[in-house]
Amino acid sequence: MGALNDRRPKRLKPGYARLLVIAGMLLVWEVGARFFADPLFASPPSAAFLALGGLFADPKIVHAIEITIFEMVAAFVMAVALGLSIGLAVGLQGFTKAAVMPIVLLLYTIPQATLLPLFVLSFGIGPEAKIAFGVSQSIFPVIITTVAGVANLRPALLTAARSMGASRLQIFSAIVFPHMIPSFFTGMRIAMTAVLLGVLLAELYVSTAGIGYYTRLFAQTFKPAELFALIAVLATIAVTLNELCRMAERHFSRWQYAGA
Amino acid sequence: MTFPLRLRLLLIQLGVLLAVLATWYAATLPGGINHLLLPAPAPVFKDFGVLLTTGSIWPDLFVTVFEWIVAFAIAAVAGSVIGYLVSLTPYTVEVFDPLFAGLYSIPAILLFPLYLLFFGLGPASKIALGTTIAFFPIVLNTIAGLSCVDRAYITAARSMGANGLQLFWSVMLPAAFPVILTGARLGGVIAFLAILGGETISSLAGLGHRIVSLAENMDTEQMFANILFAVVLAVIINVTVSFAESRGKRWAH
Repeated sequence: MGALNDRRPKRLKPGYARLLVIAGMLLVWEVGARFFADPLFASPPSAAFLALGGLFADPKIVHAIEITIFEMVAAFVMAVALGLSIGLAVGLQGFTKAAVMPIVLLLYTIPQATLLPLFVLSFGIGPEAKIAFGVSQSIFPVIITTVAGVANLRPALLTAARSMGASRLQIFSAIVFPHMIPSFFTGMRIAMTAVLLGVLLAELYVSTAGIGYYTRLFAQTFKPAELFALIAVLATIAVTLNELCRMAERHFSRWQYAGA
Repeated sequence: MTFPLRLRLLLIQLGVLLAVLATWYAATLPGGINHLLLPAPAPVFKDFGVLLTTGSIWPDLFVTVFEWIVAFAIAAVAGSVIGYLVSLTPYTVEVFDPLFAGLYSIPAILLFPLYLLFFGLGPASKIALGTTIAFFPIVLNTIAGLSCVDRAYITAARSMGANGLQLFWSVMLPAAFPVILTGARLGGVIAFLAILGGETISSLAGLGHRIVSLAENMDTEQMFANILFAVVLAVIINVTVSFAESRGKRWAH
């Protein structure tokens, strides 16, 4: 084995090479923004990094970031709770499934961004509209994956449980719920992506104190360093929330495969 | 009363559709929901008809479709070329694939304020947004498709004396094509939605712009008719790209 490895050219571990690529991209950006770009429009990453301190020193901006995180979490929790209940109510019965699923799929194809003004008309320009829009973006994947999760339930399991005298609650907790867990977490992951998109879209559309207001302010007053820094903060929040969902999905689907 | 299953499903769905329309109508009767929030169904469908016959929507439709096509074309070319270059060695796949996947999990809509700053309110900022959002599924699926081609095929082609171009054209591409097409479909659909979203936030023309200005003028009947149009367009785009995908896959086999 050793001899084989020695014949290959020595290479950096992929992880380190990836870091080098990222560092190289930042360097190109730094040089490009510092020497070639208009400082009113682009800022080097070092300036954006320094602007982070200023962002976190302003209690109004910190508050706006907190509100955005609250909107995302609230919308996600509501979408999952509502989507799960609707998905179970619809998916466990043949009739409701046949009746309701086409409507759900139809609603899912609506380009929802065009409905944003309606959400503002109904819920105002505060956090409620952002939460409602986040919910409406993300509830459909939860319903669809929940229905799919209970759809391929083996009927033999249900018959067996019933013939052994299991109650409805016992059937749900011992058979239906464990069976749908992997697809449920897949739905949660897709829902999180949709929540992030929905809340950010609504924030950018209209906002008087949230992060949408500050991105607009920084862009219009030509403060690219602050704008880049704020976008970086939001990207970090989004990646963290996404990664949490992905970890939950990996964890729980492994558990299902081990049990199957 | 024993209908065949398909017919019974169709009847249920028709019944539900009628029930939805009836609820919509009932909700807009006097004493119901304010017409500024939910207009009655009849005027909406009438406005939709007017929209189709007068063609007042074409200029805005043209802007949106133009932005979509340009964004998709740039993303498709950039994504497949970069994906091809990355897939050339397993090492570059290991370096770049997680990098693209990581960037993909950042909501691209966050870049829109920057694009507005760089490219202005016109179509360019929407094209940039659509390109960014469509690039990642295309590049990731190109890498996945090309790097997962069975090694045995490549060895066989090489031992039969295929040169690089022949290897790519007759072995790699057909084997990877279905996966790449799936990425292209996904990229195309989300680029369209992102462009509509971008137009809703800030723009000078386009379907999203039209719907928002109708909403801001409280002309909800017209607005619903335009939303209906956008829905129909989204369905047509979905069906078209899915059809193109399945045709393309059949070509590859």
